[in-house]
Amino acid sequence: MLHQLSWKVGGQQGEGIESTGEIFSTAMNRLGYHLYGYRHFSSRIKGGHTNNKINVRTSVVHTIPDDLDILVAFDQETIDVNYKELTSGGVILADAKFNPEKPEDCPATLYVVPFTEVAAELGTTLMKNMVAIGATAALLNLEDEVFQSVVDEIFGRKGETVVQKNMTAIAQGHVLMNDMLGDRVGAFELEQADGKHRMFMIGNEAIALGALAAGSRIMSAYPITPASEIMEYLIKKLPKFGGTVIQTEDEIAAATMAIGANYGGVRAFTASAGPGLSLMMEAIGLSGMTEQPLVIVDTQRGGPSTGLPTKQEQSDLMAMLYGTHGEIPKVVIAPSTGEEAFYDTIQAFNIAEELQLPVILLSDLQLSLGKQTVEPFDYSKIEIRRGKLELGELPEAEDKAYFKRFEVTEDGVSTRVVPGQKHGIHHVTGVEHDETGKPSEAAGNRKAQMDKRFRKLDHVNFNVPVFKNTPHEEADVLLVGFNSTKGVLEEIQPMLNEEGVKTNHAHIRLIHPFPTEEMKELIGHAKKVIVVENNATGQLANVIKMNISAHEKIISLVKYDGTPFLPKELLGRVKELLTDGNI
Amino acid sequence: MVTFKDFRNNVKPNWCPGCGDFSVQAAIQRAAANLEIVPHELAVISGIGCSGRISGYINSYGLHGIHGRALPIAQGLKMANRNLKVIASGGDGDGFAIGMGHTIHSIRRNVDITYIVMDNQIYGLTKGQTSPRSAAGFITKSTPGGAIEPSLKPLEVAISAGATFVAQSFSTDLKELTAIIEAGMNHKGFSFINVFSPCVTYNKVNTYDWFKENITKLSSLEGYDSSNRAQAMATVMEHDGLVTGIIYQDKEAQSYQDLVKGYHEEPLNQQDMMIEENDLQELMKEFM
Ligand SMILES: Cc1ncc(C[n+]2csc(CCOP(=O)(O)OP(=O)(O)O)c2C)c(N)n1
Ligand code: SF4
Ligand SMILES: [Mg+2]
Repeated sequence: MLHQLSWKVGGQQGEGIESTGEIFSTAMNRLGYHLYGYRHFSSRIKGGHTNNKINVRTSVVHTIPDDLDILVAFDQETIDVNYKELTSGGVILADAKFNPEKPEDCPATLYVVPFTEVAAELGTTLMKNMVAIGATAALLNLEDEVFQSVVDEIFGRKGETVVQKNMTAIAQGHVLMNDMLGDRVGAFELEQADGKHRMFMIGNEAIALGALAAGSRIMSAYPITPASEIMEYLIKKLPKFGGTVIQTEDEIAAATMAIGANYGGVRAFTASAGPGLSLMMEAIGLSGMTEQPLVIVDTQRGGPSTGLPTKQEQSDLMAMLYGTHGEIPKVVIAPSTGEEAFYDTIQAFNIAEELQLPVILLSDLQLSLGKQTVEPFDYSKIEIRRGKLELGELPEAEDKAYFKRFEVTEDGVSTRVVPGQKHGIHHVTGVEHDETGKPSEAAGNRKAQMDKRFRKLDHVNFNVPVFKNTPHEEADVLLVGFNSTKGVLEEIQPMLNEEGVKTNHAHIRLIHPFPTEEMKELIGHAKKVIVVENNATGQLANVIKMNISAHEKIISLVKYDGTPFLPKELLGRVKELLTDGNI
Repeated sequence: MVTFKDFRNNVKPNWCPGCGDFSVQAAIQRAAANLEIVPHELAVISGIGCSGRISGYINSYGLHGIHGRALPIAQGLKMANRNLKVIASGGDGDGFAIGMGHTIHSIRRNVDITYIVMDNQIYGLTKGQTSPRSAAGFITKSTPGGAIEPSLKPLEVAISAGATFVAQSFSTDLKELTAIIEAGMNHKGFSFINVFSPCVTYNKVNTYDWFKENITKLSSLEGYDSSNRAQAMATVMEHDGLVTGIIYQDKEAQSYQDLVKGYHEEPLNQQDMMIEENDLQELMKEFM
């Protein structure tokens, strides 16, 4: 019996490929397996090859595998594009309708199954997906009932007959496949899972839920891949909590509207990707200068310009750290998994209010859209901290004396009041200003206010700035990454250790202000530091070098072809680096 | 009792003597006092330009943001606290050039705020370049041979974008301007008020005298009906936009806040932020 399985379904976009993957993975999730799914899709809506690869395991998994055990193909292109991933014991389940052909160098076994024909006999070719699921069930030795609850949910609204027909399609696919497989029935049977209830969600949903739990009640946003799911989720949920999503005319409006709402005392945020973030830069500067809290999610995708809108990349890092003109204090947070995305979103809102500054929550396409198993969130860990926000009664002021909203304090944070409060009147301006917000160009004041604003960065209250898995006191290699590469690094770390390379792993979750002391310590105990990232110029490696003087140790390992790192591929590249005399 | 003096702060405006913006400031202060708004319940959000400085000259909450973005900031603030009176204001460059997208969409969105444009047909702060409101042929630093582009017609744009309140005034006519701002602030929804506010330093064509000569007051037109959209459009076109008064108002329209699903009567910024444990469980279940 297997401990892990990789399954992929492919076909033309708009043909129901997504729902095939959904039904299979939801059923596996309910059995308690850990899953990690990644969709390959193009910017077209209809047509174009699409596929959905799902890694199923009895233990935690956060990565896409290199190999493939089962490929369900609804067209020849799916076979041609994906067959190289198949293992020699692998199988292709292909619809008889397109007369599938197996490439000569394909080691897997091809089964030609009449998916469409069986579905048509049952009344509609739409059910070919269900027949394919039944065929998969034969390979995994799953009972058809495993799919019942999922089918109920999807088709229940259409009535009992539709549900029944779909279940029949699964059953027929199963029987048909059993006959074809002969003694290979159940060849991919998995060990039993623990049956625990876990969530199966994309990173964007974890972020959206995090925002809701953090008390955010206004989201202003403009649609873009791969960020839109955040607004789409909240459009459905916020009204129940008195809040709303406003789809603005552009990202400049999205960011500035969020600033306005924060100024008014409501936690508001926006989410976008590179092109939108480029438009927001002036607003981010306004938030920094006027000390208005602001949370912005950047779901990185392939850049520059429109770039690779549906592909993985981590190339916005430098722009997020330094994009605005002039100098402002800013916090940049980069979660790696669904769980971290949820809790870090809450942390982002807390820090934005505590320190009254912009916080960028960095994600990447693989985290934002990759569907993964997520442990249920712990309610007791949700905490709302609003810092020096003073909503109570304020002391009476002298006539027309403005409130010192930008008072110079030891920690740089001033008492914050919001419009509507008696005795709280003050001015807010992006022009350099004095303690009451009135414009002032005086050199002494300028320095005092700049220093005050930057002092705030010494007080970032962030839980776990660096994720560490450091079994070795003195390591040969320290692997470093940020965002979604955590899974693949976790995957290769034990492989390297097994081969005798003492490997530690650090994943940076708080990128700015940089956790210099912590990283210095880790780097100090490693012979080499390999920084793994999805961009061309080694941005994280450069950020580390800017903060820590260990240049001779730092090796940059990059990939920028739009595809995520795969474990074996990465392992090979790391080993190559090490044999090149680097160790 | 609230008086306009309550809305004065101790900041001396750095506008040129004679600048039209002084009267706009005075009219806002008078209108707010007449409506018995207390200073801390008023917020003035302004853009960048000579005119943008206005939020710093009124004793109320105020935010002087970035060029062209007063409107989205003001809408965000109003959504956060629907009890506040929110005014957005700025120049013709701010609202009709860099911020034009927001102007049109704010009109469409109809959030209950008042937008006052100080229209001087020029860029004052940057020392005299052409504006979308400059007439064709207008000579400025950036159009030494005269502007080639025709001037933008903000009233026509506003009416066709679906504005529920459109008015125009002239900054020397403090009485009319104050009354219009009051009406705008009382209007349920987005009120758009364009104010001819001469720049005495850089615009030697559209002067106080020029406006006095060319303006027609709607109150002087017999039978003018500001609830008639077609008539409003026709009148504006007939007078090449040089009319003052309330041009169009739809008193029945519902504001954005009235239409948003689930949006509470009491301000959002006063509501409990923590979700119930039960709610979180329910939300998580949908992913299981
Ligand atoms: C993004 C950006 N671009 C350009 C400027 C420079 N700028 C400041 S005010 C202004 C135009 C001012 O004209 P208007 O809005 O009509 O205001 P006025 O000064 O006439 O009242 C310009 C171009 C800026 N501050 N920000
Ligand atoms: S330059 Fe023109 S708009 Fe600016 S303050 Fe002077 S008169 Fe007013
Ligand atoms: Mg102007």
